[in-house]
Amino acid sequence: MAEEREVNSASFYQFLTEKKLMASRCKKCQALYLPPHPICTKCHGSDMEWVEMKGNGKLAAFTAIAVGTTCTIEEGHDRNNPYVAGIVELDEGPKISGRISGLDARKPETIKVGTPLTAEFPEQEEGKGCYVAFKAQ
Amino acid sequence: MREVAVVGVGMTQFGPSEKTNVELFSEAAMDAIAESNLEPKDVQALFLGNVFCGFEEGQVTLSAFAAADIGVPYIPTTRFEGACASGSVAIRDAYMWVASGAYDIVLAGGTEKALAMGTAYATRTFAMGSDSRYEAPTGITFPGIFAMMAHLYAKKYGIPLEQLKEQMAMVAVKNHHNGTFHPKAHFRKEITIQDVYKSIMVADPLQLYDCCPFSDGAAAIIIASAEKAKKLTDKPVYFAGAGQCSAPPLPNQKDITLVKARQASAKQAYDMAGLSPNDIDICELHDCFTIAEIVATENLGFFDHGEGCKGVERGETQIGGRIPINPSGGLKARGHPIGATGAAQVYEIAKQLRGECGERQVEGAKTGMTDTLGADLCMVCNMIFRI
Ligand SMILES: [Zn+2]
Repeated sequence: MAEEREVNSASFYQFLTEKKLMASRCKKCQALYLPPHPICTKCHGSDMEWVEMKGNGKLAAFTAIAVGTTCTIEEGHDRNNPYVAGIVELDEGPKISGRISGLDARKPETIKVGTPLTAEFPEQEEGKGCYVAFKAQ
Repeated sequence: MREVAVVGVGMTQFGPSEKTNVELFSEAAMDAIAESNLEPKDVQALFLGNVFCGFEEGQVTLSAFAAADIGVPYIPTTRFEGACASGSVAIRDAYMWVASGAYDIVLAGGTEKALAMGTAYATRTFAMGSDSRYEAPTGITFPGIFAMMAHLYAKKYGIPLEQLKEQMAMVAVKNHHNGTFHPKAHFRKEITIQDVYKSIMVADPLQLYDCCPFSDGAAAIIIASAEKAKKLTDKPVYFAGAGQCSAPPLPNQKDITLVKARQASAKQAYDMAGLSPNDIDICELHDCFTIAEIVATENLGFFDHGEGCKGVERGETQIGGRIPINPSGGLKARGHPIGATGAAQVYEIAKQLRGECGERQVEGAKTGMTDTLGADLCMVCNMIFRI
């Protein structure tokens, strides 16, 4: 039962493996948190419920990264094969950072803030489950 | 709170070094102690900024070994970690403790061996400054965060990206120019706008010369009560105010071109000093990337929002300009030994206010400010000094 899982990052990643992007919502003041928070930073209540995000949103900030992190280098990214990463604003309101696919990282001038995006759940390196990424529609 | 002053400063050469973190810090500390006309035994406590000693050298408990290395093993010592702002948060705390009357004379500063990690390992450890549970798989790097800031800045203020890139390059050219006059800077060479454009792309639109280097180095400051300071030196540099503020992880920050933590931290410092941005003669700020300097000059109130980029273009931030920014060369040229950076900023402001900066001296500077920014815009510390 989704509702019974503790509100923490382990549960968040467990849901991702089930292809679900889950936020936590404060039952008292309805504030929505993604990544989930066990404590409401608005009313300081701790009675939270899980809410599934539809996974639709738009690009709020972006860059095309040529010199990447360890995990992206292992994936085969380098200066000749950059990738797009950014911040996504979901339709439900919360913002989350993520890798963005379906945009041309070699032509960053063609990328626009506001581009509609959909969540996807790629596998992390072996045994680490899934992470949330976004694809341009 | 009572009046407190900086009575002595010391700094190692920034750049690659074979020395350990402790050896680097001791070198800077002994210079600061000697300049203060003190002996190591006069130091009552040590506040040491450092971020990655565990990864760099497989060494923690750094503050205890640092105190022992200069011959004062039996004093209270603490290591402060505030990402890139570690040196500054150590110095601010040291100031508070002396202002409270708990100590009369303390040693504060920072040390780092960022180059010891090598680029790949350094990139991995640096990423620990972000909300790593959630941001590690995204592939967002620190240059990536400031690259997003540059794109958002251009869009928000309607500036063509090509124009902003040129203004950003001017920041790098200015800071490299200033760095040529700093004997302890990591880089002491002039660069041109074309050099910036020819450097490799790191995270669009930031190229290599838009980024500061990793460096090794240490800087140290002796802080004393005003009463003691007057007996120790003819040129005490007084703390006028200080501020510090944190922020939530990056996606939860509403507008990353405004850096809310910095606005709050700077306001604390200005209010405490009873000063406004117009009263500041010089500023050493956190130019980890060229866009970061432009945004910081706005956050700190030296320019209106969206005007910082024009200020650089008009030369207002050069030595001799309306508000000289990073006369030391900044992180860009002086270098960025993470935990030592804030202390190197205080070193510069103290030297500038004492009129000891030679070719990079800002004439008549009486009030100076420091600004250090850590992690994904979530650690900021500001300090204001006066003579
Ligand atoms: Zn609530």
